[in-house]
Amino acid sequence: MSFIQTVIDNQFMQNALIGAALIGFANGFFSGFVNLRRNALSVSALSHTMLPGIAIAILVTQTLNHTNAFIGALLACLAVGLGSTLVSRNSRIHQDTALSIIYTTAFAGGIALLPHLPVATNLHDWLFGNIIHISEQDLNLVFTVSAITLVLSNLFMRPMLLTLFEPNVAAAQGVPVRSMQYLGFTLLILMLVASLQAVGTILSVGLLVTPGAIMLLFTDRTSAIFWGGAIIGSLSSIAGIFVAQLIDIQAGPAIIILLGLLFLLSFLLSPRHGMLKK
Amino acid sequence: MLYRKITALKDISFNTSCGNRVALVGPNGAGKSTLLKAIAGLVPKSSGHIRWRGTQIKKWSREFAYLPQREEVDWDFPVTVRGLVEMGRYPQLGMWKRFSKKDAATVDQALQALDLTELQNRQIKELSGGQQQRAFLARAIAQEAHVLLLDEPFTGLDRTSSEALGKLLNQLAQEGRLIIASHHDMSTVKNLFNKVLLVNQSSCGFGNSDELITEENLAATFTH
Repeated sequence: MSFIQTVIDNQFMQNALIGAALIGFANGFFSGFVNLRRNALSVSALSHTMLPGIAIAILVTQTLNHTNAFIGALLACLAVGLGSTLVSRNSRIHQDTALSIIYTTAFAGGIALLPHLPVATNLHDWLFGNIIHISEQDLNLVFTVSAITLVLSNLFMRPMLLTLFEPNVAAAQGVPVRSMQYLGFTLLILMLVASLQAVGTILSVGLLVTPGAIMLLFTDRTSAIFWGGAIIGSLSSIAGIFVAQLIDIQAGPAIIILLGLLFLLSFLLSPRHGMLKK
Repeated sequence: MLYRKITALKDISFNTSCGNRVALVGPNGAGKSTLLKAIAGLVPKSSGHIRWRGTQIKKWSREFAYLPQREEVDWDFPVTVRGLVEMGRYPQLGMWKRFSKKDAATVDQALQALDLTELQNRQIKELSGGQQQRAFLARAIAQEAHVLLLDEPFTGLDRTSSEALGKLLNQLAQEGRLIIASHHDMSTVKNLFNKVLLVNQSSCGFGNSDELITEENLAATFTH
């Protein structure tokens, strides 16, 4: 009960809970696309790539704010994505291999740069997030990004689904397949940047992949995967903060561990696709 | 007709009308799939044209429905039979128009016509081969397509399902649709289709199946 009292008394705890709920909801919703596209591996690569991107943006502009961070992250993700395509098309190296080499190299570069940045940074917060200390300004950003992602994903739901299911049929029907892919990519990076605060660059993959995967074990309805993922993401993020306070661990890892456990339970017990039910 | 900078098809020309079931017959790599995709508007044509109802078709028309080969479908995609058939309404709805009661009724009718009402909540992988073909046909019907382009629809079906699908295609043609399908089983082609287009990179003949399917013609097509 003392925890609830803490929440009532503390503005920062309330902010943390609202922020976590929003980030979890938007990430969980978008994880539907990540699961349907089956590109969890590239999400993982992109999330690591954000770190050097943001570090370089700070070096160039000498300040740290969200615009810089976003542009830096976007450019780094583009460079790594295109770089891996370039390598795979011009050599016998498979794209997954190329992507792994380039993103780990970029990530290492980012880690090497961090101590030399002109702004005081805490490597730990970058990697694992610090939702408990989310600022009003960050909260506004999270709200804006979540709203943009949810509105755009819903507006373009039909063409995006068609693009995912049958790209050539979609293209023939006049769906701008390329634009839909770019839209998906941009929204993905937006979500990654927004979830930095909550769970950091490494753990953000968990929020963007696990909720949709859990829903996949329960339903075949596409809309249920998206909205169910949103609810799972949101509730696990809130619960993660509670658990973190109760047993004195960090909030970011707590959220991801909860999601992982939920996935494990679903994998074992889901009435239709659970391992034990088969 | 270029495919990956290699000429896949040339000099193909044939005329047909609704109510017919046309088989595309030819050896592997003859360009049957490519021809179907070209008619469907799925691959760009370097030259040539398709006329439909007296006018030249420049881009995709919802009157044409393409049913992909089995291995080209992502069967694990989390979509139910009903969800798949609903996709047939997307071209009419565009991106944002609401899915109306009329659309739902069209989907219901399509499901009923293909005897899928009871299976509508199954995921597409949980169907038999014949049911899967019917699900894609239901989508084409929900799309209100008049030309059905099928890529090897009979491949992998057992005898009973094959016969059922043959009857179904016949019925769909009699209702005024044009069926064009690639087919490789020479023993069944005369039964299942009334017209045949022999293809091997270029056209090797077009006509009634019972006249055109002869050992000589087939030998000529396959060794072309």
